[in-house]
Amino acid sequence: MTADDGVWLYSITTDSIGDAQLAGVTGVAGEPVRAVASAGLVAVVGTVSLSEFGQEPLQRNLEDLDWLAATARAHDAVVAAVLRHGPTVPLRLATLYLDDDRVRLLLDERQEEFGATLRRVTGRSEWGVKAYGDAKALAQNVKEEPSATGTAGKGTAYLLRRRAELSAQQDVERRAAGHADEIHSALRGHAVDGVRRQVTDPVLTGKRAWMIFNGTYLVDNSRVDDFAALVSALDTERPGITLDLTGPWPPYSFAGIDG
Amino acid sequence: MVPGDDTRRIALVDLLDRVLGGGVVITGEITLSLADVDMVRISLRTLIASVSALVPDPVGPEPADD
Repeated sequence: MTADDGVWLYSITTDSIGDAQLAGVTGVAGEPVRAVASAGLVAVVGTVSLSEFGQEPLQRNLEDLDWLAATARAHDAVVAAVLRHGPTVPLRLATLYLDDDRVRLLLDERQEEFGATLRRVTGRSEWGVKAYGDAKALAQNVKEEPSATGTAGKGTAYLLRRRAELSAQQDVERRAAGHADEIHSALRGHAVDGVRRQVTDPVLTGKRAWMIFNGTYLVDNSRVDDFAALVSALDTERPGITLDLTGPWPPYSFAGIDG
Repeated sequence: MVPGDDTRRIALVDLLDRVLGGGVVITGEITLSLADVDMVRISLRTLIASVSALVPDPVGPEPADD
């Protein structure tokens, strides 16, 4: 390492994982990743150039979608590789230290927290569930307001029609919100933990479907089949709602110490 | 199976959501304001702009909002 190098952190794991398990795994800069051990823990790290990953270039690069996508995928690939050998607590993208000594210091200082989080995620993985609503199907059972256009004037008729439309729209949104609440509470009951995330902008996904719910759950690996079956059941029993399951993910959303 | 563009894009959004919004937050020595939700939003806005510019909607424009 030179003064122009930094240490990129991927994840924290137990000291049962070492360089032998990490052989052949490369990181965000294409660099071989390695284990930095202290206090019974291992930080999986890689040496990267500060000319690309230092503060200023990093800020700039994060605004470049291709760079961001490649870096996020490389980071995730390392975390996933570690996960194949043991429990792992992923670090948020772009956590960098200047040298290994300070990484060891971090492990020493936060030994208890990391240990507790590692125990919490052992034998578990994260699963994402999104629900999409079909507004037409959801509106089907909403009662039509009786038409009041018979005797009313043109302007009044327009206002009444507009009001009915708005109220129908609100009904559909209320229904969707109700489904979302019920889906979350059902899934939460089959998981160790679960959080609701913001629904993703449709522009982002390119999907025209209306996302009504975006949740992510920490599930015991032994109960994954049950969890997946529940997702299918929720999908089947709710006309107008489509569920989508992704995973297993490393426990990104459950790596928080209090999480 | 080769995932389609839609699938890949959704997977990327899912991934960014997790690696930028999840994971343990440690104040490294090279600290970004990434811990900030704001930074994540900025990155996602970049993504929106880039995705919209690069990948025209394959199914055509959204229906008019009448």
